[in-house]
Amino acid sequence: MYIIVALYNCNNSRFGDISLPDSNTPQDINTVINRLVAEHQHRPGALLPLLHAIQDNIGYVPETAYPQISKALALSVAEVHGVVTFYHHFRTHKPGRNVMHICRAESCQAMGSEALEAHAKKCMNIDYHQTTEDNAITLEAVYCLGNCALSPSVMMNDEIYGRVSPSDLDALIAEAKA
Amino acid sequence: MTTKIYIPRDSSALSVGAEKVAVAIATEAKNRGLDVEIIRNGSRGLYWLETMVEVLTANGRVAYGPVKVKDVPSLFDADFINAKPHALCLGLTEEIDWLKKQQRLTFARVGVTDPVSLDDYLAHDGYNGLKNALKLSGAEIVKTVTDSGLRGRGGAAFPTGIKWNTVLGCESDQKYIVCNADEGDSGTYSDRMIMEGDPFVLIEGMTIAGVAVGATHGYIYLRSEYPHALVTLNEAIEAANKAGYLGENVLGSGKAFHLEVRRAAGAYVCGEETSLLESLEGKRGLVRFKPPLPAIEGLFGKPTVVNNVISLASVPIILDKGAQFYADYGMGRSRGTLPIQLAGNLKYNGLVELAFGATLRELLYDFGGGSATGKPIRAVQVGGPLGAFLPESQFDTPLDYEEFTKIWAVLGHGGIVAFDDTVDMSKMARYAFEFCAVESCGKCTPCRIGSTRGVEVIDKIRSGKDHAKNIQLVRDLSDTMLNGSLCALGGMTPYPVLSALNHFPQDFGLPAETQAG
Repeated sequence: MYIIVALYNCNNSRFGDISLPDSNTPQDINTVINRLVAEHQHRPGALLPLLHAIQDNIGYVPETAYPQISKALALSVAEVHGVVTFYHHFRTHKPGRNVMHICRAESCQAMGSEALEAHAKKCMNIDYHQTTEDNAITLEAVYCLGNCALSPSVMMNDEIYGRVSPSDLDALIAEAKA
Repeated sequence: MTTKIYIPRDSSALSVGAEKVAVAIATEAKNRGLDVEIIRNGSRGLYWLETMVEVLTANGRVAYGPVKVKDVPSLFDADFINAKPHALCLGLTEEIDWLKKQQRLTFARVGVTDPVSLDDYLAHDGYNGLKNALKLSGAEIVKTVTDSGLRGRGGAAFPTGIKWNTVLGCESDQKYIVCNADEGDSGTYSDRMIMEGDPFVLIEGMTIAGVAVGATHGYIYLRSEYPHALVTLNEAIEAANKAGYLGENVLGSGKAFHLEVRRAAGAYVCGEETSLLESLEGKRGLVRFKPPLPAIEGLFGKPTVVNNVISLASVPIILDKGAQFYADYGMGRSRGTLPIQLAGNLKYNGLVELAFGATLRELLYDFGGGSATGKPIRAVQVGGPLGAFLPESQFDTPLDYEEFTKIWAVLGHGGIVAFDDTVDMSKMARYAFEFCAVESCGKCTPCRIGSTRGVEVIDKIRSGKDHAKNIQLVRDLSDTMLNGSLCALGGMTPYPVLSALNHFPQDFGLPAETQAG
């Protein structure tokens, strides 16, 4: 008798593998960024992959890194700032321990996402782009997660949840705060 | 004997607990000393039945669903691994009516195979298209694609072969194939299903495109909201590289094709091809003026094919079975099949691939089963956030690019979002402007300023302030955006706005019979 278990886990992107402890120093951050700059700077169109790598590793793109990035890629600091702020995905400040995205797009609206948004904001006592007082959850809006067959949808870190009821949301919040 | 059990790794299936079900089945099998092999397939696209578990039998695969963790012990008690009856048993998967009524060409393997197994892909007609293409000249491949009638499935419906021909005709030391996988349209998920359920078909399609036009490098620009697709694509690309289906010498042909996935960063406008190219170059995703066309001066200034996932994933079967085989499906100038995505307030949401020509009503009721809430379907939005809202009186429109144009609507990427009679259409119009304001790249004034002014004007209409004047104002503003915007984001935001106003005037405080457009 044998069992082949082909389980599938997606934990290698974005928030799953933050390599610095909470108490990281500016020197730690600097070392990580230098390493990532060296890894990516010679790729064609390097800026986006580099910014992704930085955010994957330390959770955000610190503005203090702009001079390093701009020098390595022969860009102005303004250009780097322009790119970071153009894209909704990148953030310049450390988020809470978990990031929750609630889908606001049409399919989710048709299935009650507005009530879900209101419920989330009320329960956590925050608005979009804010973090709970205990630093457990940062709340963000998203416009479609491609889970429209099972609306309404919520993404917690890298995991998508479908057909989310207010009580499902409560459970997600409780788990994130634990 | 080992029993094969299929449990999807598709992210929608995971969103309702497929991972936990897989763990529970593996654990239960181990505890009972049963010999099973769990294969993580893509989704068959019958999403109301997810998590759908299939067991391979001598007669074919038998499906059970929707399976929750709590059902797992009873499934084993009922001996489901020998396909015995259970309350959740759906019979042979291939015989499920919803699936049987479809014409799956592009989605032939999705849900059937192990998405990252090259052997499985090859065993299901995979890479037949590329092998045929390698025997043809670039011009012959392009002619096959042109003759098939394939048009861009991303929404613009531009003939794919003509785009390829332009790139083929350009002299350049470097050309690129770019796959637009920035599937940002709400209500759509077919690109995601392909990338998570059959990534090799996209890789094969891009390789054929590269061989056809003489491009040696390809990029898949993947939206950052699809972390699971990223993993699946990278696994498949690695397998294709190892086996010689990608790399310096594709299948010993002497032709090179390298492929790389690049992550987008959450900007909807980057689904517009020139904005996408800017983003790939590492810049803000500002829309470019055209001309020059990307086919002539695209990525890094080089001739570039930019195609949507579904367009590229439809190429292998065309090269495998021939242009005529594909062109025999469809109606009018819309040839082949369209993967339709049912979304929003419907009972049976999922992926329906059909030849062009089926009506909205068939999709909404025969496949969708009517609204999930049991109330009448009042409006549907077809083609994403920039698509028009259609009322019940237009539900008999066949899905065909030209037929939709006639009623001032778009098929777009084939997403259909249904709303029941609780929807407030003035709110949806407001949302359309709001979405445009959030996502505008800011380059052109009609879109950048018009979207924000649009939200304000709709708010005034909703509160009854200077009502008649503001109704006229929203029409004028829409006219400016339609005709003065640089790309489809600003240029098509008036579709949902004006269709809501024209078809549902009572939601804007107008008498129902006022249908002036």
